[in-house]
Amino acid sequence: MMAKRINQKQNFLKGIIKENPVFVMLLGMCPTLGVTSSAFNGLGMGIATLFVLLMSNIVVSLVKSQIPSKVRIPAFIIIIASFVTIVEMVLEAFIPFLYEQLGIFIPLIVVNCLILGRAEAFASKNSLFSSIIDALGMGIGFVIALTVLGAAREILGSGSLFGLKFVSENANTFILFILPPGAFIALAYLTVLFNKISIKTT
Amino acid sequence: MVLSLLVVTLAAGFSLGFVNDLTIGPKAKAKLEKKVNALKLVLPHFDNNPVEDMQMIKLEKAKDSMEVYPAYAKNEFIGAAIIGSSNKGFSGLIKIMIGFKSNGDIQNIVVLEQKETPGLGTKIKGETFLQQFRGVNISSFKMSVKKDGGEIDALTGATITSRAFCEATQMAYDAFLVKNVSLIKSNN
Repeated sequence: MMAKRINQKQNFLKGIIKENPVFVMLLGMCPTLGVTSSAFNGLGMGIATLFVLLMSNIVVSLVKSQIPSKVRIPAFIIIIASFVTIVEMVLEAFIPFLYEQLGIFIPLIVVNCLILGRAEAFASKNSLFSSIIDALGMGIGFVIALTVLGAAREILGSGSLFGLKFVSENANTFILFILPPGAFIALAYLTVLFNKISIKTT
Repeated sequence: MVLSLLVVTLAAGFSLGFVNDLTIGPKAKAKLEKKVNALKLVLPHFDNNPVEDMQMIKLEKAKDSMEVYPAYAKNEFIGAAIIGSSNKGFSGLIKIMIGFKSNGDIQNIVVLEQKETPGLGTKIKGETFLQQFRGVNISSFKMSVKKDGGEIDALTGATITSRAFCEATQMAYDAFLVKNVSLIKSNN
């Protein structure tokens, strides 16, 4: 019993540190680079992805024995796409502001390789409980990475954090960081920083 | 194999239909709310429902028909909000709502849609840029950027965006001139 609990703790933490989807595995780069022009956008995208990842891991792990392995990928994609569409409809109805900000990147969660990757590599082989823990770990790792990246870009690029400005209206900021090239630069430096810290601590 | 795929797609279809039914009401409400909020920002205080009284107008030089939202207070025509757009933005479509008083003065402008460069073109939403338009009457104002001989200070590094913004405003004003007369008449 004890051994199992430690296993689950590691299972949870691996998504945040050792196998962080963004900084270590470099998965799901499209939304990572595309929507992180502000901390709020990064957080919103992260939570939307976390929800889809959690739901798809749950369903995939529940139906895994019913689905022949020949058609498992199309079946997983349908499951993932359904949850993404649900997220899209709910966001449009209840958080229209975020829906407009994220735009095309919401439907694109379907092709986020992180989600199919976890469904295929983990949820289709493990128990329901382990799959939930795995999804939470990976999802939270993704949320943290996107929020940190968004915050870094927002601070440098528009001189604000979560929309709160700390420089004057006409101050010159590094606009580069809210433009696409800035996403690559910020991600690269954050990856270096993250790996430096995580290598030291482990 | 076929059966399991069929079951998966059926379940997906039913759950999507269910969620769609749940969200269709709030979705429409959110859209309407956004429009009404924009109308409140650009028009003088009105007591009718401009969304209900909305009219379409087709200008010769504009590609699509434009939406005109008349505002009345105590049954008197006090102004109209018009959605102007331009495809000449730096990244395509810019859509703005311009509120005119009954005499044609611009009351206020709200940006509805834009995909401009963050930090440069997106400053069309900023106070510094928008205040140049308030209280302006285009009949005695050159609605274009200074580079083109007009009177609007273009945003630094976003002349194309500013130009498109002016074009959209001018188009809305042209629509206002055409529609103005009939709005006052329809009221009597």
